[in-house]
Amino acid sequence: MVKDKARLIRRETVRLTDICGSGHYGSAFSMAEIVAVLYYQLLHVDPGRPKWADRDRFTMGKGHAAIGLFPVLADQGFFPEAWLDSYSRMGSPLGDHPEMKKTPGIDFSSGSIGHNLSVSVGMALGARLNKSPARAVCLMGDGEQNEGQIWEAAMAASHYRLDNLVGIVDINGAGSDGVAQETLRSEPLKDKWQAFGWNVVVLEDGHDIDQTFDALNRALNAPNGKPTCVLAYTVAGKGVSFMEGTWQWHLGFLGPKDIARAYAEIDAGDIG
Amino acid sequence: MPRSTPATSAEGNEIMSQTNKYRAHPPAPGMAYMSAELKQTIDLTESTVTDDFDERSWDMVVSLGLSRQLTTGKTLIELAGEGHDDIVVCTADLGRPTQVIDFGKAYPERYFNFGIAERNMIGAAAGLATMGLTPVISNYSFFLALMGVENIRNDICYTHLPVKMVGTHSGIAMGFYGTSHHCCEDIGALRAIPNLILMAPCDGTALTSALRSQIKHPAPIYFRAGRGREAVVYDSPFDFRIGGSNTLREGRHATVLAIGNLVKASLDAHDILAREGIGLTVVDMYSIRPIDREPIRAAARRGPIISAEEANVTGGFGAAVAEVIVDEGLGVRLTKVGMPDAYSVLGPPTHLYRHYGLDGEGVAAAVRKALDAARPTA
Repeated sequence: MVKDKARLIRRETVRLTDICGSGHYGSAFSMAEIVAVLYYQLLHVDPGRPKWADRDRFTMGKGHAAIGLFPVLADQGFFPEAWLDSYSRMGSPLGDHPEMKKTPGIDFSSGSIGHNLSVSVGMALGARLNKSPARAVCLMGDGEQNEGQIWEAAMAASHYRLDNLVGIVDINGAGSDGVAQETLRSEPLKDKWQAFGWNVVVLEDGHDIDQTFDALNRALNAPNGKPTCVLAYTVAGKGVSFMEGTWQWHLGFLGPKDIARAYAEIDAGDIG
Repeated sequence: MPRSTPATSAEGNEIMSQTNKYRAHPPAPGMAYMSAELKQTIDLTESTVTDDFDERSWDMVVSLGLSRQLTTGKTLIELAGEGHDDIVVCTADLGRPTQVIDFGKAYPERYFNFGIAERNMIGAAAGLATMGLTPVISNYSFFLALMGVENIRNDICYTHLPVKMVGTHSGIAMGFYGTSHHCCEDIGALRAIPNLILMAPCDGTALTSALRSQIKHPAPIYFRAGRGREAVVYDSPFDFRIGGSNTLREGRHATVLAIGNLVKASLDAHDILAREGIGLTVVDMYSIRPIDREPIRAAARRGPIISAEEANVTGGFGAAVAEVIVDEGLGVRLTKVGMPDAYSVLGPPTHLYRHYGLDGEGVAAAVRKALDAARPTA
């Protein structure tokens, strides 16, 4: 079932990219299992009450992968599925980056890399102050680990002992200019996050549903006075052979013949 | 032409130290430096300076005790006590200099010191606002408005969250701490951000009024404040309105539209010019954006307009006044008193205010010049 939802994310990413003529395939595909596990198995959210005070908050530091989140929110009923067809069109609530003021189910706007872990720190502090069981989850990219503000937020989160905060790093290896670790090395990430006072859970295969569930479930339920970071090792472009492991499909577009190939591979694939 | 060529630095700034003319200038009232008399009025509970020290000695506690116009902490404590239990205060290792530390002592669970990490502080404040809380950020303007401008834009204003920001030590108030600590570009930067309300309380009473009037406003507001040593303008609180202004003096020849420290300087200019038979209207234009257009229209009917601010005239408050004059075709001459479009020199603040014509004499001179220029030639 979760497997099918990850497949939905990939199919819809291809379809919506076709509407606008350009899209972030690689980042949406690499996070597909993570987002599916979160939204269909773990996060406490209610599509009928998108502003429910005690819901878990999900923010996307890697906002450019929102194209992979929109189909999930539509599928869950946060907004009508027909909205997806308006993707990127003039005045649509749905664009390349998520907008909280326009789209039910989006907890914070993003687009500027490195901001949303700080926002999630504020959400976790606020939840504690409000005595709310809400947890704050921030999905980041591995290139995003280059942003200095990430480490400001990391310090604040451990200083304030925010065990209701989970950071997930989707380590798909790709950045805009090439291989993320070649552009500016951020590894060893485990040592860094541990040194900043966080629990670290290494998710060796972020496309394995059981492993992903186990890692995220542990992270969301670790009341030991520390925030938890899940280092999710994934594959950019996972699910379409010619995109897998490449940085070239961080951004791109598929013509009709290649869309058919992509759909065929996604449908035939058995990821998870 | 200048009477003599002043010594200049490599950047062309006049080197002040080679002249004697500023040495003997006494501190302006309210911008005073340390004196034994003043020190006696400060709460020294946490000070390390004890009776056996030289009477001129001071530590941080003594120095901070002079920033009496920074009433943010005191006001927020009052508001919290009156039932505003949604207020949370954020700072970045500047809780003492911005005087919000007292709120932290009174409400430790609602006080977040994020350390020297301003951009994280801004993002976290936005996150707190999404949880239904009312965050008040208090920090130096040059770190908050200039370093944090993109975070303010994307996390607070684009998202239209009710975060209140109090940027202190704006303008050249930091004096000889140097140009890095001067903040003259904040108005230009912030004035271009949609959804952001930008206001300038000119003294402690105005700052208290601002927070009291607008704490529940559902949109982001940036309050541009000074170092806290400003001369007192108001003796009682008032309704600090978005788009408001206060006409403090009425005179028939010219109008000064002032913000911040320049309100007091303009009141001084009023008194100086009154002795010369010149009637000056002085308006505290505390709401920079949205700006109160009516006083500008009224001023245009009266005579020349002088804008006065402790900020870069390029993009600053004077530019906002100019926009209204042009937009509405008011056809009146505007003289912009403020910081020139160049990096400021350093020096003791009172000397800097004099150097840049941001005191009573400076504003009065600008008014005289504007009136001369407006007079028809024979």
